[in-house]
Amino acid sequence: MSMTIEKLKEIREETLKRMNLRGLPSDKPNAPYRWSVAICMETSCMSSKSREIKQRLLELIERDGKTDEIEVVGTGCFGLCEAGPIVIVRPGDTFYYHLDVEDIDRIYESHLLDGEPVKDLIYPESITEDGYLSYFDIPFMAHQERIALRSSGHIDPEDIREYIAFGGYEALYKALIEMTPDEVIDVITESGLRGRGGGGFLAGRKWRATQVSPGDEKFIICNADEGDPGAFMDRSILEGDPHSVIEAMAIAGYAIGSDQGYVYVRAEYPIAVERLENAIGQANDLGLLGENIFGTDFSFDLEIRLGAGAFVCGETTALTASIEGRRGTPRSRPPYSADKGLWGKPTMINNVETFANIPYILLNGPEAFKKIGTEKSPGTKVFALSGKIKNVGLVEIPMGTTLRQVVEEIGGGIPNGKAFKAVQTGGPSGGCIGPEHLDTPIDFDSLTEIGSMMGSGGMIIMDEDNCAVDVARFYMDFIADESCGKCTPCREGTKRMLEILIDITEGRGDETSIPRLERLARTTELASLCALGQTSANPILSTLKTFRDEYEAHIKEKRCPAGVCKALTNYFITDKCIGCGLCARNCPVSCIKGERKELHVIDTDQCIKCGLCYSKCPVKAIVKK
Amino acid sequence: MIKLTINGQTVTAEDGMSILDAALAHGIEIPALCHDPDLKPESSCRLCLVEVDGRPWPRVACGTPVKDGMVVETNTPEIRATRREILQLLLDNHPNDCLTCQKAGECLLQKYAYEYGVTFRTHNGARRGGEKARFTDTSSPYILRDESKCILCGKCVSTCAELNERSVLSFAGRGFETKVAADRDETLEASTCVSCSRCVAVCPVGALIDRRVREKKIRPWEADRQTIQCKACEYGCEYEVLKKGDERVIRPLSPSGGRPLCLKGRLFVEAEVSSDLRTPYKKEETEKGRKFVRTTWIEALELDGILDRITCNETDSGK
Repeated sequence: MSMTIEKLKEIREETLKRMNLRGLPSDKPNAPYRWSVAICMETSCMSSKSREIKQRLLELIERDGKTDEIEVVGTGCFGLCEAGPIVIVRPGDTFYYHLDVEDIDRIYESHLLDGEPVKDLIYPESITEDGYLSYFDIPFMAHQERIALRSSGHIDPEDIREYIAFGGYEALYKALIEMTPDEVIDVITESGLRGRGGGGFLAGRKWRATQVSPGDEKFIICNADEGDPGAFMDRSILEGDPHSVIEAMAIAGYAIGSDQGYVYVRAEYPIAVERLENAIGQANDLGLLGENIFGTDFSFDLEIRLGAGAFVCGETTALTASIEGRRGTPRSRPPYSADKGLWGKPTMINNVETFANIPYILLNGPEAFKKIGTEKSPGTKVFALSGKIKNVGLVEIPMGTTLRQVVEEIGGGIPNGKAFKAVQTGGPSGGCIGPEHLDTPIDFDSLTEIGSMMGSGGMIIMDEDNCAVDVARFYMDFIADESCGKCTPCREGTKRMLEILIDITEGRGDETSIPRLERLARTTELASLCALGQTSANPILSTLKTFRDEYEAHIKEKRCPAGVCKALTNYFITDKCIGCGLCARNCPVSCIKGERKELHVIDTDQCIKCGLCYSKCPVKAIVKK
Repeated sequence: MIKLTINGQTVTAEDGMSILDAALAHGIEIPALCHDPDLKPESSCRLCLVEVDGRPWPRVACGTPVKDGMVVETNTPEIRATRREILQLLLDNHPNDCLTCQKAGECLLQKYAYEYGVTFRTHNGARRGGEKARFTDTSSPYILRDESKCILCGKCVSTCAELNERSVLSFAGRGFETKVAADRDETLEASTCVSCSRCVAVCPVGALIDRRVREKKIRPWEADRQTIQCKACEYGCEYEVLKKGDERVIRPLSPSGGRPLCLKGRLFVEAEVSSDLRTPYKKEETEKGRKFVRTTWIEALELDGILDRITCNETDSGK
């Protein structure tokens, strides 16, 4: 079918009629639905049975013949994954959290039939004296601004019509009909959009370089090989709003002169792959992909290529090698992808989140985009907030928001009254940022200045119970395992750094350990082939900078101050012990002895340091030293 | 032509040339383990790092094209220190076997370790191929493999892939566990390896060794050496005759200029110049997979039939 702007508008109007409750600008008075129930259908919520909840609700509605009154929508991510499975009832955006399948019966009967919200199932922080806050007004959403995630939570990602109703594919129409390729690239350049995959390279410059590179065949690639530990920004965008990426890739194709795009997505994201396949199929059916889009000469096809689970394939040259069916290892640059990328042809590679920003920029103009964020890092950035933080989830914040705002206000602080220790950004290439830098604004340059980096958006919070050396060991373990093995410094160097870190955490560190780490760090940084190797030592260097005393405690005093490194930690029972015997009964190796109501003692030689006694003691009489 | 400065010396180079090739053309040697003039640059060993235009980030000389006015320093203290670290990383994963290694004397790792004063040292870290040198694949009568010595430069993989129908060797595994594998990690005998010895000819260390030369215990520096061409076909691949006392052995030389090297050619040259003819082996498909089987020289050189006709003919004509 060939698409025209009239048809697009028709689909939009038609679909909008049934989307009256979805937080849209045009709330139609003659609403077809009384209630709209949005249920998060992303990996995280689905793993806690959101699909079953949706199924159950549909059964109830069907049973009572209420299908005309209540709509049920599976949506993309709302953000507060910690509260999953999330159900939002509209109007009102009432926020139900941590639901079990049977809870939906109560919500149905009380809220949807009788109009009485079920208070004990509602997210506590949204309960006020006068009623219930909308999901979008809870403290977690404060400071957030959604561009890349603009439609997530509102539309059904499996229905292209809902994307169109939200203004989808209008940017593509605008580009194809009203703009020249040069003008499109000018707008992207002017917006100052920087690549969200990690490097922060100016997107417009990348587009231009590929456009002017001579070649009769060019390619657009979307890098969806997200692999940083704790990162799930791109997965959420693909699962919640796949068309925003598809539309942007077509726009990029028009701008640089390419008629073929590939989405390189990791096979470990089955739901994202399924939604993407479905979305590409729907776009093809409506003529928004394929031949002569909007009746122009421009044609664009999109295909999916699955990655097989190598972290390094997120590196562009390794990624193209993998698409070509070769071993996914990076190669030396130049030539750059803009000149010789996929199959030796000019290729433009952006990541998922970068693409997701494009339709917004084209529709709203570069000025609107630049109003958000900072001068050198305009726009927003999506972060996957995890670790020792109350509100684990996905947040999209304007650049320039401080780390403190993210940790304390959006994140809700550290649970269990523990003290903040560090925030890790930038994945394995980034670093740990200590409390002294909490007021740093989050943007590409500020984070690099303090020894970390923006990276793709992983943000892992650590508290006083995390050991800095152990954190460095964790990241080095990841990097050494994910090193492709091609170049000497990364292949051999990361292994040696890991060995030294293991030695330190197991009490075998000596006065040569830190100097050896620093020398290896320097070598991998200077001599490695790709960014994975060049930045591999950052987790060590950044923890050494802020927590050098912790390294020294491990090495000189054979002590782990955080009590994490088992070999250096012993458990003792203090005289707070009330002799309840709970510890002794739980000890798997029976190494705790003591008479009832008397002080118990741990035989540290027998102790396997599992920590069970520590967590079971009702009076916190057990200490780690 | 492009003008650039290398170590203070103004040199000219052709557009598109790498810094490494431009330097070599002017007699300036830059250490490199994975570079081969006949192969695409892998830039994997990282030894050829040089300083370009005074920038703090060194570039690999093999993968960086020359530019007009470029200023290159190949031997700054920082560069030398980084090279020493890289060599140390390689030696930490390499058995101390230079005394008995067939490659001694022409091993590039040995050469650079000597130049940069890097030595073997004991450590308690992991070693990819174990602490002791040992041949890990002795299945081929022509090629010996010792994975403990492999520095993963990738030359063998690249040269094997130059001929599409061969492409037997490839990398397997990743990170520290990376290795070179024949087909699906099989022995050379069980794999589709055709024993052309291209890989042996390009290996910079003792990881791939010509078995027949080793069995004669001749190392290149103690032999009279002479390059000859194979006459089996029009390519004229080059072989080297190593002569020590009455012993003569041959080995294939680097397959440069599109020359393929092949087993038949090797046996041809062996038959022509070796001091003794050792049993030739052919690979055959059997029920138990591919096997090397003893064969006759006449069969190995595919002379059966022809030889009879020639003999007949010459008898008939009364000679």
